[in-house]
Amino acid sequence: MNDSKSRPSRVARHVAGLPRSGIRDFFDIVSARDDVISLGIGEPDFVTPWHIRESSVYALERGATSYTANLGLLELRECIARYISGTFGVPYDPGSEVLVTVGVSEALDLAVRAVIEPGDEVLYHEPCYVSYGPLVRMAHGVPVAVDTTPDPGFKVTVDSLEKKVTPKTKLLLLNFPTNPTGAVLDRADMEGIARFAVKHDLLVITDEVYTELTYEGECASIAAQPGMRERTILLNGFSKAWAMTGFRVGFACAPPELIEAMMKIHQYTMLCAPILSQRAAIEAIRNGDAAKREMCEEYRRRRNYIHAALNEAGLECHKPRGAFYAFPRVGHLGIKSKDFSLRLLDEEKVACVPGTAFGACGEGFIRCSYATQMDDIREAMKRIAAFVGRLKAG
Amino acid sequence: MDELLKLLKQNALESPRNLARMLGTDEDTVKAKIDEYERTGVIRGYQALVNEDKLDLSRVRAVIEVKISPEREGGFDRVASRISRFPEVDSLYLMSGGYDLLVFVQGDNLRDVALFVSEKLATLQGVLSTATHFMLKTYKDQGVLMESERRNERLQVSP
Repeated sequence: MNDSKSRPSRVARHVAGLPRSGIRDFFDIVSARDDVISLGIGEPDFVTPWHIRESSVYALERGATSYTANLGLLELRECIARYISGTFGVPYDPGSEVLVTVGVSEALDLAVRAVIEPGDEVLYHEPCYVSYGPLVRMAHGVPVAVDTTPDPGFKVTVDSLEKKVTPKTKLLLLNFPTNPTGAVLDRADMEGIARFAVKHDLLVITDEVYTELTYEGECASIAAQPGMRERTILLNGFSKAWAMTGFRVGFACAPPELIEAMMKIHQYTMLCAPILSQRAAIEAIRNGDAAKREMCEEYRRRRNYIHAALNEAGLECHKPRGAFYAFPRVGHLGIKSKDFSLRLLDEEKVACVPGTAFGACGEGFIRCSYATQMDDIREAMKRIAAFVGRLKAG
Repeated sequence: MDELLKLLKQNALESPRNLARMLGTDEDTVKAKIDEYERTGVIRGYQALVNEDKLDLSRVRAVIEVKISPEREGGFDRVASRISRFPEVDSLYLMSGGYDLLVFVQGDNLRDVALFVSEKLATLQGVLSTATHFMLKTYKDQGVLMESERRNERLQVSP
């Protein structure tokens, strides 16, 4: 028998050193229970609109079962270029500046690996999506977290960025609207951050997968700011706005040099995004506006509801302006995020993710996803109100 | 369409308090608006959407295409109005194309509907012809699927 303790671990040190995702820990706990109302889900509750599903079925019937070009179907890249220039006013050449990926997750990995050398520092704002820090580490870079706070609405400020920037900083990672806080940047904020990036000659990766789910303020991209297009890798995808998470299709737009570099990694690792998903994505861009708008309106109503209900329940919650998460404070009740989530699960069978899963500065907060049917949200809010009532009564 | 009406069309039982939360307004405003819609006839009523296939009813529903001759001055309206008053008639529309009126009717049994068509509808002055189609099964009504889609298999917690 092979005693693994007698020899050093075979796992690479930089992988062994990665923290386990706090989401995964919590998932294991929640999965063991029945009858839980989950506000812990980071994907739409809508099924992909029928016409998009149907286009994928049609493609399958016609025998679309092959690889595609590494960059993705040219037809899809043309659709993407038209969509991005039409929506955000940034032109990209579908021939050399657009890469179709397996979700934004892959695009993010490619982008980081394509530009980071060992020891390069990467600025990113916390609380944030769970992958950013680990991805940078896997590329042998150094993640540098910049904290954001409820005032000013979890936006990253130039002041806080200036405090963390060093000569080793190469990259700034942005995600607005933000998972888990629902923060949205205004035009003035983008102008400031763009000036900061130009001043320090930084590359910017902007993960804009939630940008179509913006309820207040402009649905804009930082790539449109002066001096930004040439230093920005714009990432977006179909998962959130078109409810297509399972299709796994996203894309990157950037200058040819960067796309070429990302493409190299992509062709050796992933080869291409699944053709049926690419076909579905073409249909989504061409004919998916109405469905997208309808879902966005529904999220906005739920956002209004959950924001009002959380505040009424005694949890201070800033008003999320995008994505589908509320990030209320629980710390003022004298309880840690994780304990709040665990007790809420135990006592009321409602699952919310502790804020600490999204970075150390998420302590004192929980994430409530409103990508859940209204009836469930309503019941969950009742139970949270009862739970908070008991906590306050001591 | 006003968002309040959309929400009520989705669920007429939604409380004014919840409607106000979703719309980002207050309860009194919502109540006042609903009163106004009811008063001006924008809202004509509230009904449950029943999947009758689930009930053990032997009721019969049919759609009838009716051709009529329009009258001077009255156009189609007078005949349509007469037809619409029969209790057997659920819905009635003036149509473009190969016929003039589309009539949705229901009766307790086949004979009821047949009698209504042959004795009431077809004999009305101005009715030229009728074509009756019996409904066999309802898949979707008023935008609502009669069979709920299976809940999708989302993970309980995901990033």
